[in-house]
Amino acid sequence: MIDWIAEQIILHWDILKYLIPAIPITALITVCSFALALILGLIIGILRISRIRIISSLAAAYINIIRGVPLLVQIFFIYFGLGKLLNFDRFTAGVLAVGICYSAYLAEIFRSGIEAIDRGQYEAAEALGMTRFQTLRYVIIPQSLRIVIPPTANEFIASLKDSSLVSIIGLREITRAGREYYSQYFVDFQTWLMVALIYLAMTLTLSRIVKYLEKIYAVEGFGSRRG
Amino acid sequence: MIIEIKNLVCHFGEIEALKGISLNVERGEVVVIIGPSGSGKSTLLRCLNALETFECGQITIDGIQVDRKSRNIHQIRLEVGMVFQQFNLFPHLTVIENIMMAQKVVRKRNSGEAMRTGLELLAMVDLSDKRDAFPAQLSGGQKQRVAIARALAMDPRIMLFDEVTSALDPEMVGEVLEAIKKLAAKGMTMLIATHVMGFAREVADRVIFIENGKIIEEGPPEVIFENPQQKRTKDFLRNIL
Repeated sequence: MIDWIAEQIILHWDILKYLIPAIPITALITVCSFALALILGLIIGILRISRIRIISSLAAAYINIIRGVPLLVQIFFIYFGLGKLLNFDRFTAGVLAVGICYSAYLAEIFRSGIEAIDRGQYEAAEALGMTRFQTLRYVIIPQSLRIVIPPTANEFIASLKDSSLVSIIGLREITRAGREYYSQYFVDFQTWLMVALIYLAMTLTLSRIVKYLEKIYAVEGFGSRRG
Repeated sequence: MIIEIKNLVCHFGEIEALKGISLNVERGEVVVIIGPSGSGKSTLLRCLNALETFECGQITIDGIQVDRKSRNIHQIRLEVGMVFQQFNLFPHLTVIENIMMAQKVVRKRNSGEAMRTGLELLAMVDLSDKRDAFPAQLSGGQKQRVAIARALAMDPRIMLFDEVTSALDPEMVGEVLEAIKKLAAKGMTMLIATHVMGFAREVADRVIFIENGKIIEEGPPEVIFENPQQKRTKDFLRNIL
């Protein structure tokens, strides 16, 4: 019995050692693709509420198309489809696919955050002579930020999990490393348990950080900062 | 003549909110607009700084024609300050930041200059001690006085007041009206939509009674309040007083 436990501990430690180098890859893919998603999402979200019909329709089309296609298919499309034309390496293709996919979800979050602000705020800003861009930049977006932080953080955590899909194009992140370990040593249960635990540790840590951030941002601004 | 309005018509979908309003306002004149809710008082004010677009007619402000499709709105809005019923202060900024922001962004003043103007105006509305408070920490009357200071900071030549005391508790109405009276005494051109008849009478050079999108009667406050010529004006005043 004790032998078996010792054996298991050694095995799990061995798996963990194999997986650890892949953690930064997962982290890097997630951070890069989410940074891309934030920038694209903000642009698309603002275009989505444009008063110019064609622009808002195009933004809506982008959102609907991206959200309507499975991420796995988008990864194939970008890596094997576009990648052949534009010569993306695996990393670029993976980051692009996840980033573009999440930009559509973030665009919708940002749009709803912007639309949640009272019409009177626009009118007050415009009555002071501010342009539409200045109104968004100085009045609307700073208020929207506080509304969109929690759902955006959720998307970040979700994108961390979805980054496992890029293992399919051979990017050696955590999931891919797990598959490699399995195909070398044929231990399935323990390998996938360790992979799952690593993801769980990462997502739980992140949601802790998010809670903390929410606390900070909830206090700032709306009157309660100084009592 | 600082404001010339000719035959102004404004629709909201099917509803005709203004049915041909013509009105001239002299520099330094205080015009008070009275009338039942939904009569078009707010709409008239909002057309003047192009928060609403109008279909027919012509508005000229200080020689600049207000474009019906609002293409030159920024030019107009620099001349025209507005205070709203619901205050519309920026909740994420402190009082002084509320007053400084558009000065910096629109008027391109530096922080020191914007701060100086801001503090002067806060002193004028008697709120110097609230400069670092957030709007949520202020009473309704204080919020509205900040909103007045914020609009004045842009150095407008005309001020529009859209039922600025309607959302206030009765005991706070006085302090806001006091600030407006100070402004009138300084010779600001003002258009004021209000339900407070005592105030209208006290501050107005001219009173305009609007009903159903039309000017029914206009004249000096003594005449409108004591000896109205039109039956509808009489009925309205009898109901409200």
